[in-house]
Amino acid sequence: MKIHEYQGKEILRKFGVTTPRGLPCFSVDEAVAAANSLGGKVWVVKAQIHAGGRGKGGGVKVAKSIDEVKQYAGQILGMQLKTHQTGPEGQKVRRLLVEEGADIKKELYVGMVVDRGTQVVCLMASSEGGMDIEEVAAHTPEKIHKIFIDPATGLKDSEADDIAQKIGVPAASVAKARVVLQGLYKAFWETDASLAEINPLILTGDGNVIALDCKLNFDSNALFRHPDIVAMRDLDEEDAAEIEASKFDLSYISLDGNIGCLVNGAGLAMATMDTIKLFGAEPANFLDVGGGATTEKVTEAFKIMLKNPRVKGIMVNIFGGIMKCDTIAAGVVAAAREVHLSVPLVVRMRGTNDDMGKKILKESGLPIISADTMAEAAEKIVAAVH
Amino acid sequence: MSILINKNTRVVTQGITGKTGQFHTRMCVEYANGKNCFVAGVNPKKAGEDFDGIPIYGSVKEAKKQAGVTVSVIYVPPPFAAAAIWEAIDADLDLVICITEGIPVRDMIEVKDRMRKQNKKTLLVGPNCPGVITPDEIKIGIMPGHIHKKGRIGVVSRSGTLTYEAVGQLQDLGLGQSSCVGIGGDPVNGLKHIDVLRMFNDDPETDAVIMVGEIGGSDEEIAAEWVKANMRKPVVGFIAGVTAPEGKRMGHAGAIISGGKGTAQEKLAVMEACGIKVTKDPSNMGRLLQSVL
Repeated sequence: MKIHEYQGKEILRKFGVTTPRGLPCFSVDEAVAAANSLGGKVWVVKAQIHAGGRGKGGGVKVAKSIDEVKQYAGQILGMQLKTHQTGPEGQKVRRLLVEEGADIKKELYVGMVVDRGTQVVCLMASSEGGMDIEEVAAHTPEKIHKIFIDPATGLKDSEADDIAQKIGVPAASVAKARVVLQGLYKAFWETDASLAEINPLILTGDGNVIALDCKLNFDSNALFRHPDIVAMRDLDEEDAAEIEASKFDLSYISLDGNIGCLVNGAGLAMATMDTIKLFGAEPANFLDVGGGATTEKVTEAFKIMLKNPRVKGIMVNIFGGIMKCDTIAAGVVAAAREVHLSVPLVVRMRGTNDDMGKKILKESGLPIISADTMAEAAEKIVAAVH
Repeated sequence: MSILINKNTRVVTQGITGKTGQFHTRMCVEYANGKNCFVAGVNPKKAGEDFDGIPIYGSVKEAKKQAGVTVSVIYVPPPFAAAAIWEAIDADLDLVICITEGIPVRDMIEVKDRMRKQNKKTLLVGPNCPGVITPDEIKIGIMPGHIHKKGRIGVVSRSGTLTYEAVGQLQDLGLGQSSCVGIGGDPVNGLKHIDVLRMFNDDPETDAVIMVGEIGGSDEEIAAEWVKANMRKPVVGFIAGVTAPEGKRMGHAGAIISGGKGTAQEKLAVMEACGIKVTKDPSNMGRLLQSVL
């Protein structure tokens, strides 16, 4: 799960990390009021969307007067912000963060992820803040320093100090950097984060170390123990079809192609998408109906796929194990009837009771195309669509 | 022979009294020698009772002492599953197979850290996996038993139904399996591809291996390098997720491309360079394996 920058900063502050003072705003009036209450002479007006790259897309502006705050807030609120992470259609800005300006002397980078190789949390830091860290990793990997953190002890003082010095924090500010790094790790660990990033972490003219930006993602398996974080979820930032699907315990992801696919199991679902591509078309979605699909679930899955106007055909691929093919076939027939299916449908079934399943499809009188293998099914649906 | 489990394995089921545990325990008992293999269950509140005649003990240690179990299978719900894994490891069982899906990553980091620091010898398979089967001998997990057949092909995979797909294709070609191991789709887990390939390499009853991977991480690349240097048997492979977009979790917590790393293309290229025959067509896994025998 993702949250906004201002929410991430709220969490960081609880763990002792210094951030600029700022207020979230939902309107131009609120932005002006926020700037007045913060005081000072310089403010930053920042679009709050879940995607990165906001600055380059025109979603972050420095205002030098209250009039400018008003002007920028008006421009940014409601804009369709396009970044390298939003896709070509962009994301509508509905929230702003208005912050006091900061005296930036140097920009650094700090990030944390779970490292799959060592199976612990890895702290990554670099002197090259403000840049795309993937670029830094690709061109100057020697500028990225890593620490693999012992889960039993957390980030040690000596480790924090060492990495702070390596990324160019002057001796007088190392103690302050230590507080930030240890606070970030504690925040990561205690909130069950899956990714944490401060880019940039800045050194100010007076020697302070401040988180100028913040990105936090959370492990969705652990949300049951963090109701406070669940409350930060912003459904406006998520795909409507994906939200709808999650209500029915379906794992769904929207893609750009025109062939909908309904599969049991995540690995088989990806393999099905890959097979569609192999035959020259593109999948419209990833959809795993899981192990316990019922008629209701299959019907909902069809409805969600068909809401996508790009879908020109559907491929169902089921490997029946515990789940029986006749049950799925009955579900597919009922769903096709209920939604008055008007696009071609190819069904491939294999495993437990597949003969009975195929019989149900055939006797339904519906124009369902049957296939024996994944490849045959993909070939047939691609031919039917083109 | 086979790897990890055989008809003489004695199993304790943690979470035997839950709905999932009950259902799958019955299926496992009915499969091959299951009746003799599944000899214990654990539930501290129901110690002294039984499930379908299988005695329930208060702890894994007690089950080990009383019933002589060496392997555990876990169906305990996610919030409590990591503690259940640790209980089995702490009882020094040989093997723990965790089926449970949805365990917080942090819980698994802690379990694995304790395993390393206390130098535990227990092997862990999963979590979020279908389990392990040695056909016609024993099935521990949720895979459909009837699609399997005894033979000489090893199967190792990160995903459930895609494993069944590979097994089904072998079946169509008359090729049976020595053992099939689902290592699971979570980022922090037990045995990796490389560990299972090592076992198949040492198993005199395995002739060749199908390795099924998916996007995310670099386990497949690491395994491929090992194969190049050490494997004496042919290995064929498939990686799911050529069409998966970056930054989106494709069902499994571990199936995510991040920072441009862990793509299917990258994995396939490394595997091929290491002498593993790969296919981009998942319907072709069985025939590809047959071609290297």
